[in-house]
Amino acid sequence: MIKIKNLEASIDDKTILKGIDLEIPAGEVHVIMGRNGSGKSTLANVIAGNEAYELDSGSISMNNTDITEMSIENRALEGIFLCFQYPVAIPGVGMAYFLRSALNAHRKHQGKDEMDALEFLNNAKGILSELGLDDSFLKRSINDGFSGGEKKKSEILQLLTINPKLAVLDETDSGLDVDALRTVAKGVNKFKNKDNSVLIITHYQRLLNYIKPDVVHLMIDGKIVESGDMSLVEKVEKDGYSWLEK
Amino acid sequence: MVDKNQQVIDKTLDQEYKYGFTTDVDQTKFDPGLDEEVIKKLSKIKNEPQWLLDWRLKAFEKWKKMSEPTWANIKYEPIDYQSLSYYAAPKQKKNDSLDDVDPEILETYNKLGISLDEQKRLEGVAVDAVFDSVSITTTFKEELAKHGIVFCSFSEAVQDHPELIKKYLGSVIPATDNYFAALNSAVFSDGSFVYIPKGVRCPMELSTYFRINATNTGQFERTLIIADEGSYVSYLEGCTAPMRDENQLHAACVELVAHKDATIKYSTIQNWFSGDKEGKGGIYNFVTKRGNCLGDNSKISWTQVETGSAITWKYPSVIMQGDNSVGEFYSVAVTKNKQQADTGTKMIHIGKNTKSTIITKGISAGEGQNTYRGGVKILKNAENAQNFSQCDSILIGDKCGAHTFPYIDVKNPSAKMEHEATTSSIGEDQLFYCNQRGIKLDDAVSMIVNGFCKEVFEELPMEFAVEAKQLIEVTLENSVG
Repeated sequence: MIKIKNLEASIDDKTILKGIDLEIPAGEVHVIMGRNGSGKSTLANVIAGNEAYELDSGSISMNNTDITEMSIENRALEGIFLCFQYPVAIPGVGMAYFLRSALNAHRKHQGKDEMDALEFLNNAKGILSELGLDDSFLKRSINDGFSGGEKKKSEILQLLTINPKLAVLDETDSGLDVDALRTVAKGVNKFKNKDNSVLIITHYQRLLNYIKPDVVHLMIDGKIVESGDMSLVEKVEKDGYSWLEK
Repeated sequence: MVDKNQQVIDKTLDQEYKYGFTTDVDQTKFDPGLDEEVIKKLSKIKNEPQWLLDWRLKAFEKWKKMSEPTWANIKYEPIDYQSLSYYAAPKQKKNDSLDDVDPEILETYNKLGISLDEQKRLEGVAVDAVFDSVSITTTFKEELAKHGIVFCSFSEAVQDHPELIKKYLGSVIPATDNYFAALNSAVFSDGSFVYIPKGVRCPMELSTYFRINATNTGQFERTLIIADEGSYVSYLEGCTAPMRDENQLHAACVELVAHKDATIKYSTIQNWFSGDKEGKGGIYNFVTKRGNCLGDNSKISWTQVETGSAITWKYPSVIMQGDNSVGEFYSVAVTKNKQQADTGTKMIHIGKNTKSTIITKGISAGEGQNTYRGGVKILKNAENAQNFSQCDSILIGDKCGAHTFPYIDVKNPSAKMEHEATTSSIGEDQLFYCNQRGIKLDDAVSMIVNGFCKEVFEELPMEFAVEAKQLIEVTLENSVG
């Protein structure tokens, strides 16, 4: 699915990513854990093409298409979806309008017909009820005045509507109560199948109680220093990260 | 990112103004210059009564002694008032039959998307078409007359309803109110007149479409709308002008009078030529607009979408004289290239329980400068007056500016005032968010800006809200990267 080779990136002349190699095959869920400032969120943003970061070397490809130089929207259309850690509010722009515009941009790219308002609404209603959200959610402005939980649910609603190839969850679990966490996990589990991939960036084990990862990576100072199975997560919960430092 | 921003901004600036064509029409035009003789000549052409000529001359006397205001946050070369022509009109006379209108002029309005043919008009919208200094035609006059509604050009109203003109002209904006109002009072040539009788709800939208065509000509129109007790009217004006290298002056006056229980809703979509990207040419738009909520429970609501003009200087205001009367001002002002806008409102609370709302959205792109200037005055006897003001600005690029000057003067301690102001750049994070969802940059910008303007667009009559939205989209196309 996605192949990242020797990725180096910086912001304001400060190098954050110092040579990341990562490959997530279709059908797998990978987790990246690491301390604050280790570069986890930077990696998520660089995958999505955030132009605030300077790409110093390396490459990213999706299904053998090199997307290293691609614009943000073209990467998105190639199937990359970022669940934002802090989704930004866009006052006055309704969820329904925004989501349908996004969906239809993808459908157009895939050579499909655009979805009309009614079809879209029916489609969205099913997802909303699974996430425990009211239909009126679609009438609100994007993330405007949303609670922390609503913001993350809104991201999952968008994930399930757009149905991309790779979902990157940037600390989607932070700041959620148990119920919201379960809802988010339920959404991600509904999303994943043998043809797509998930990359979860997190600090905690708790989301992983609901979503079982295939591979766990530990990141320190801009590098992936250890990869393995769930036992790594347990070790980190117990011992922290200092054992990884040389 | 910055380079890309600049590239796309530059691309926008190259965009052509869609309404910039000129119409070749046989016209009568005064030689440049302004003195008493010019005013007398103008008044004679219009066959005006002596009192009106005297009113004009008095205004002119005062104007000569006044000086151009300099307090606004705008910069421009001094205007040479003697170099302008104060009257330009297509040669043939105004006629109620469209067959008699110069086909060139009809074509002009067609090109502007304004059909003067009643059969082809949007249902429910009557139009008065003002071309340079005169009104060309007014549609649906007969239909409206059935309800006792008068909707005609100002010149006709002077002939047919002199008593109304005499009673109300200058009653809201005195002839010598300010420099530009005094000039307008001396030389105004035409405009629209509306009278809605007691208890009548005007069955269609009324609109005036202003077009400046002639060169070196000032357009000085005057609009007067009177809503008698318990009546309702929604009125819209639209404006365009050809692209010309020299600046053209537009100094209008609009007076509104709302009697007891009456409501006037006045919407403007102003898209005068804004000048080219070097700031050459464009309309100088110096306009005085004021409404008087004369009677109890009356309401006047101004909504404006200002995208054109090199300079915009206008402050549609409401005097809330009647008890429980309501004043509203909703504004979207866009400046790009080297456009300058200094616009806002004045809400004057005189009656008890009067309530005003001000919501403004300033959008600056390129090197545009956008100033909000608003005054709220609560007089001594205005018990329980309320004002809510919200002034938001959005900046696109890093060469533009947004400025806010609120003035508040409260003479009654029972007043309740709320003021909110925000200035933000169109967020890179908002754009990133939209782009990440597969939405293209242009679409993302128009989505964000339209969202920003939503509260104001919601105040526009439906068909014009769509027009305003499209206008903003065209104006800001490619304005960010």
